[in-house]
Amino acid sequence: MSVPVAEKVREIIAEQAVLDVADVKPESTLEDLGIDSLGLVESIFAIEEAFDIQVPFNANDPEAGDFDISNVAAIIGAVEGLVAERDGAAVS
Amino acid sequence: MKRVVITGQGSINALGMSAAETCASMREGRLGIGELEIRDVERLAIRIGGQVRDFNAEKHFNRQQIALYDRFTQFALLAADEAISQSGLEFHGELAARAGVVLGTAGGGVNTWDENYRTVYEDGKNRVHPFVVPKLMNNAAASHVSMTHNLKGPSFTVATACASSNHAMGQAFQLVRSGGCPVMVTGGTEAMLCFGGIKAWEGLRVMSRDACRPFSANRNGMVQGEGAAVFVFEDYDHARARGADILAEVVGFAMTSDASDIVMPSKQGAARAMKGALADAGAGLDRVGYINAHGTGTAANDKTECAAVAEVFGAHADRLMISSTKSMHGHLIGGTGAVELLACIMALREGVIAPTIGYEEPDPECALDVVPNEAREAKVDLVMSNAFAFGGLNAVLALGTV
Repeated sequence: MSVPVAEKVREIIAEQAVLDVADVKPESTLEDLGIDSLGLVESIFAIEEAFDIQVPFNANDPEAGDFDISNVAAIIGAVEGLVAERDGAAVS
Repeated sequence: MKRVVITGQGSINALGMSAAETCASMREGRLGIGELEIRDVERLAIRIGGQVRDFNAEKHFNRQQIALYDRFTQFALLAADEAISQSGLEFHGELAARAGVVLGTAGGGVNTWDENYRTVYEDGKNRVHPFVVPKLMNNAAASHVSMTHNLKGPSFTVATACASSNHAMGQAFQLVRSGGCPVMVTGGTEAMLCFGGIKAWEGLRVMSRDACRPFSANRNGMVQGEGAAVFVFEDYDHARARGADILAEVVGFAMTSDASDIVMPSKQGAARAMKGALADAGAGLDRVGYINAHGTGTAANDKTECAAVAEVFGAHADRLMISSTKSMHGHLIGGTGAVELLACIMALREGVIAPTIGYEEPDPECALDVVPNEAREAKVDLVMSNAFAFGGLNAVLALGTV
């Protein structure tokens, strides 16, 4: 379950950064990948669409909310959490 | 060159149904932002706005007019009626032939777009009302003001996103100053508080879910508003000759483009516009007592704007007052500069500086006198109004006492 989420998130970020998926490393930061604030907002939109989730993110205060964007691994972890919540909500 | 004065003002927005009501609300620091009452609000993440409440179009317009007037046109017509009536002008003959109307709007008939897309996409209908195009077009408001008041000179609409009104009023100013037009009706209008109009803004993730707190360290975004404000700009000699009551003088205007980013503001572009307006006014920067800020309440705008003010004014930046009335009426997008000009005129005429409400925590990056939370009495004789749009298009007006 977590493997496809991680893979899909990396694909989305790679597409935004115009890089090969292989170059999107878990430790890469958005800055490393050359993704600016508009690129980030677009990536989050793509993630929401791909997983049918709501990402709590306000560009005025990227640190607020529980969505950690400090690097690729953190984003993947945050998306996995939101996907698990979505599935939990679906069964309950 | 002619001197240009303001001889009438009118408005409708979340703070009041007239210019006087709006100024009274600004003086009291009243919050016009609240829970939105619109269709499908439950599908929005952003559910607050500076909405014009208890507005009944049927009270002001007949059925045939409503078929042609989008909400942004209705707002503009009501504000124009008030402004022109206050000016005491009637447009006939030569005056009518040379007087026009320039209005700013970013979205035009957004409600009309929204409703009719629903009709064809959601309801699956294959027919829309025959007046959809003349109702939604961006120049509809300016055209209906011209028809209602017999304004037959230069009339057009300016769309520069959040700077639309300031660009529009700048054009009107230049038309009167050049001697081309003895009178211009000008301002801006916006009615974007509908499902589609808010959903689009939501996508950008710059909107606050709870409040607009310009310059406050805990600010978390902008809040949309709606409404219009319209003014009568008149050749000073023309106004004097007929004994008109002069509200203020428009003394300077400047426009710049950042030429850098489609959404991020630029300190340089903002600073150049402010300096340009002062140079146009031929005024020393130490004469400026008050600036009505663009002050959107986003992280990026407020710190950039404060840095630009500090750069332009140097030590005087600590002596002037700067407030954002968007904290009260919300961001009227293309109509915002017009409503904010009311605060500038109030400062000059009544010596009352409108506050920045919702101010909770100082931000070291916005370390100016932002007139927090309560209006202040102060005598000022030169004021400025900033507008910095998405797309990097900046327009700044300078006003003085006569």
